[in-house]
Amino acid sequence: MLRQASRLLSRSVAAGSSKSATARGFSTEVPSTIDSTFVESWKKVAPNMDPPQTPSSFMKPRPSTASSIPTKLTVNFVLPYASELSGKEVDMVIIPATTGQMGVLPGHVPTIAELKPGIMSVHEGTDVNKYFVSSGFAFLHANSVADIIAVEAVPLENIDPSQVQKGLAEFTQKLAAASTDLEKAEAQIGVEVHSAMNAALTG
Amino acid sequence: MASSAAVPFWRAAGMTYITYSNICANLVRKCLREPFKAESMNREKVHFSLSKWADGKPEKPVLRSDAPEV
Repeated sequence: MLRQASRLLSRSVAAGSSKSATARGFSTEVPSTIDSTFVESWKKVAPNMDPPQTPSSFMKPRPSTASSIPTKLTVNFVLPYASELSGKEVDMVIIPATTGQMGVLPGHVPTIAELKPGIMSVHEGTDVNKYFVSSGFAFLHANSVADIIAVEAVPLENIDPSQVQKGLAEFTQKLAAASTDLEKAEAQIGVEVHSAMNAALTG
Repeated sequence: MASSAAVPFWRAAGMTYITYSNICANLVRKCLREPFKAESMNREKVHFSLSKWADGKPEKPVLRSDAPEV
């Protein structure tokens, strides 16, 4: 009898899924209708058990994209040890993506950007707040929310220029003297980070 | 399908993204002014105990604590 049940179930699931296959949207969208054919056949076979829950029933619906572009960008800027900005509404942020400085306005196309060491600036009216970001990611969503995560981000005033110069000289020398691939990579990272800090302080 | 675009130099050298990111963060922290530098050194502290297992028994654990990563 149980073997029959699985056969019946798989038959009705196949029928149900082929019907709704064409209507299925993106896998990340939460389906608004539960597959009723499946639920019916389940109830016939196992009336005392609840139909199984699918992962999508646990998901919160994706925040809807406004039909008109919002006027402000909502920024969440977080570090592992602190939340710098949380739900702050701003006009624009400029992030140091690996592909170059990227300006993000409300209504920006959804993007995931890897950040390189550089300056991130947050523009609100006439106020501009600049942070030096060590590395991280920026997630820009369709509803004009920007999630920026960085491991270390400091205001430019907190950086010591003499240390930067010293570090730059030290790593340039290490790069010249490096032998293994790993040493070269580490020295290269040092040179990149220090020159980015240098440019941030002088630029 | 062909393999993806050119890998970053650190990936080519066998480093993972997390290692790269931590090195960048440490370098930035080293260049801070006091007192920010002292505060940030707290974040670099690492505490872990690692023990390899052989034949179902743990060998002597390797302890690493309170030392900032280089």
